[in-house]
Amino acid sequence: MITLEKRPQPSRIWSLATPLLAVLLTMICGGLLFAALGKNPFETIRTIFLDPLFSEFAWFYRPQLLIKGAPLVLIAIGLSFGFRAGIWNIGAEGQYIVGAICGAAVGLAFYPTESFIIFPLMIIAGILGGTLWAMIPGILKVKFGTNEILVSLMLVYVAEQLMASMALGALRNPDGMGFPGSRNLSQYPSAANLEIISGSGMHWGVVTALIAVIFAYIALSRHIFGFNVRLAGQSPRAAKFAGVNPTAMILICMGLSGGLAGAAGLFEVAGPAGQISIDFNVGYGFTAIIVAFLGRLHPVGILLAGGLMALTYIGGEIAQSNLGLPLAAIQLMQGMLLFFLLAVDVLTNYAVRFGRRQVV
Amino acid sequence: MTRPLLRLSGLTKAYPGVVANKDVSFEIHPGEVHALLGENGAGKSTLVKTIYGLVKPDSGTMTLEGNAFTPAEPRAARAAGVAMVFQHFSLFDAMNVAENIALGMENPPPQREIAAQVRQVSDQYGLPLDPDRVVGELSAGERQRVEIIRCLLQDPKLLIMDEPTSVLTPQEVAILFETLKQLSAEGTAILYISHKLEEIRTLCDNATVLRLGEVVGECDPKATSAREMAELMVGSKLHVPEKAEKPAGETVLALQNLSAPAPHQFGTALRDITIDISKGEVLGIGGVAGNGQDELVAALSGEMRVASDMVHFQGQPVGQMPPNARRKIGLLAAPEERMGHAAAPDMSLTENAIMTATTRENLTSKGFLHWAKARRFAEGVIKDFDVRTPGPANAARSLSGGNLQKFVIGREIMQAPDVLVVNQPTWGVDASAAAAIRQALLDLAAKGAAVICISQDLDELMGISDRFAALNEGRLSAPRPAQGLTVEEIGLMLGGAHDMEVAHVDA
Repeated sequence: MITLEKRPQPSRIWSLATPLLAVLLTMICGGLLFAALGKNPFETIRTIFLDPLFSEFAWFYRPQLLIKGAPLVLIAIGLSFGFRAGIWNIGAEGQYIVGAICGAAVGLAFYPTESFIIFPLMIIAGILGGTLWAMIPGILKVKFGTNEILVSLMLVYVAEQLMASMALGALRNPDGMGFPGSRNLSQYPSAANLEIISGSGMHWGVVTALIAVIFAYIALSRHIFGFNVRLAGQSPRAAKFAGVNPTAMILICMGLSGGLAGAAGLFEVAGPAGQISIDFNVGYGFTAIIVAFLGRLHPVGILLAGGLMALTYIGGEIAQSNLGLPLAAIQLMQGMLLFFLLAVDVLTNYAVRFGRRQVV
Repeated sequence: MTRPLLRLSGLTKAYPGVVANKDVSFEIHPGEVHALLGENGAGKSTLVKTIYGLVKPDSGTMTLEGNAFTPAEPRAARAAGVAMVFQHFSLFDAMNVAENIALGMENPPPQREIAAQVRQVSDQYGLPLDPDRVVGELSAGERQRVEIIRCLLQDPKLLIMDEPTSVLTPQEVAILFETLKQLSAEGTAILYISHKLEEIRTLCDNATVLRLGEVVGECDPKATSAREMAELMVGSKLHVPEKAEKPAGETVLALQNLSAPAPHQFGTALRDITIDISKGEVLGIGGVAGNGQDELVAALSGEMRVASDMVHFQGQPVGQMPPNARRKIGLLAAPEERMGHAAAPDMSLTENAIMTATTRENLTSKGFLHWAKARRFAEGVIKDFDVRTPGPANAARSLSGGNLQKFVIGREIMQAPDVLVVNQPTWGVDASAAAAIRQALLDLAAKGAAVICISQDLDELMGISDRFAALNEGRLSAPRPAQGLTVEEIGLMLGGAHDMEVAHVDA
């Protein structure tokens, strides 16, 4: 018989090993899945996990890694504060969209003036937009006790509709011959989120994401704010006794995650995406939830997890085009990753014993 | 003589480095109230866990009603008619009373039926309890009733009770004893674990005394003096806290018509509490659990804000101040619940030190934490209060209850407060640790701080208090000098047997 025994304290080794174990299990079960689909499992796994980095065309894929990873990391860092404090903002996708709309709107308002101040203003507008969108579930929770999970999630769909209306209405390119979508910001120098080193994929969003990782690390390990966030998540009553104001904590965490999601949206719309369009959002806000947990809500972990997730995205695209693998299979594998991560997490807090239960 | 219900012969259980039980033998007869006496660590818990099927003895045998009795797990013990009320409750906070009781059953009947049974048993034995209430909102005393009723529903032949009176008032104890005597008259044997000797003298028919795992004596408690039993039990004299004589100081904390609505559905409203507390004084506040103790602590710690002028600290109105502002001026508190309120279980002791000591110990500058300083502070608490742990990096949940309590109280005392409010400072703590905590509170008062000690342990309150007051339904009685108060007077102050009635013995 197998029994689980609660450890007196969480195992440090297992808390580091479980993400790796989860990746390994995902590779094994994903391989079985691909084999069942009639593909060579080893080739498929290699295509997804290694080809983006080491294949003949890696020069093309490596910048993609930064472009896809940066918004994931940026959003996940913001979410990790709320998740640690027990505040569940599931609507980062919506905050990402609203941040992009607000930032793009500011940029387009100045068109075609050229000034160095425009891009910083757009960043501020993006952050404000995301923050305000996140304040809706935050304030409703504080004032009326609504569930922030439901409200933030439902506001994603509102944001999507808002974006569609913007792409078709207020922000539509006047010179676009009636096609939906805004002017292309990447062709408007003052508003473009350009690559800092050409061909590297290193745009301002990547820099911001790295700065966010460093700030989050310092806040969580060295600052009383990070301490209060962790305390509020682990023991709400103890946090209140320690003097943490729960209302302020909810608003700060919602605002922080919304603000970073909004910034991610702005960097995307002004750079890789280029314009507000109906299909602007591709699910970074949701995938970032996985990234946050895959990284154990730890800033460095999130950085690594964001990279891994970007890898499976790019590798998944290669596998789709080169091996003819269906998109659903790739998504299934990404889902497995989170599932295994949560499943093996039990090893951090529990020891597995084989054989008969020991009498205590 | 009747055939023994339970016979233990030669039970031995060793753990690495310690023999918990060594060749323990005794008998319990039907309808007998049998006391098991001994200091903490004497092996009482191991012994009753053996009977309850939680521990497998290394050698020795047990017979129940003449048949070999080797319960492999508590379920088997329960099926054989052995029930146990633990000192620490195993209840789920989020569920109501009836659901909790159903969880302990093999084949639970529908909720409505359980609720009816709970009402019937609680009425029969004088233990009022509403089966629909959520356990999380119950006081410690009420939770114990849930455990007792859960056992009584099994119709046990043997009921084991582990330190049942540590959370009860004298009146509640009297009523519990009526319940136990009624059970005993109906033929149920009771194994009663305690180190309160007077209780055992009034209740028990026989006593077995354990010391360091061995039976060191058996006696008829009614014919043996408490002193003789204590000598058997301890082998040496217990440390009694010493109270220094001191003149009354100036008022440091004044409560004026402190009133507050109940913070949640099952909370208690505070009503018109008015009292002055002076420097160097220990004010003991007694009362049955759930009469406003938690709310009073919350109003003083700052977790619950009240009107500004209801609480004056050194002449300054502080009713609206948040917790850390109160800590800054010297008003500190330690709530009752260690795990999850006074301490965060999954955090290290260093982090738990940061929890309340940041303001007074300057553990941050510009919001940045001084980890080394915090660690030194935690190490200081561990050293000065004899907290048994490998070091401050250990999680709070890895400490035993008594050790964590020493840490929590020590953390506040080390910050040199002007006023310290403690709630149940020694609940579930072993005798020597409890004595250490009480002595530390007295030492703090001797240095000029005011101490408010809220407790349900009247012996504790009488031992350390200068003045005594009682909370009853959110009202505080007028304080009286603790010196010379009799148990009857205290009982009257507590408002009689609140919410309790004597068991209907005629049944």
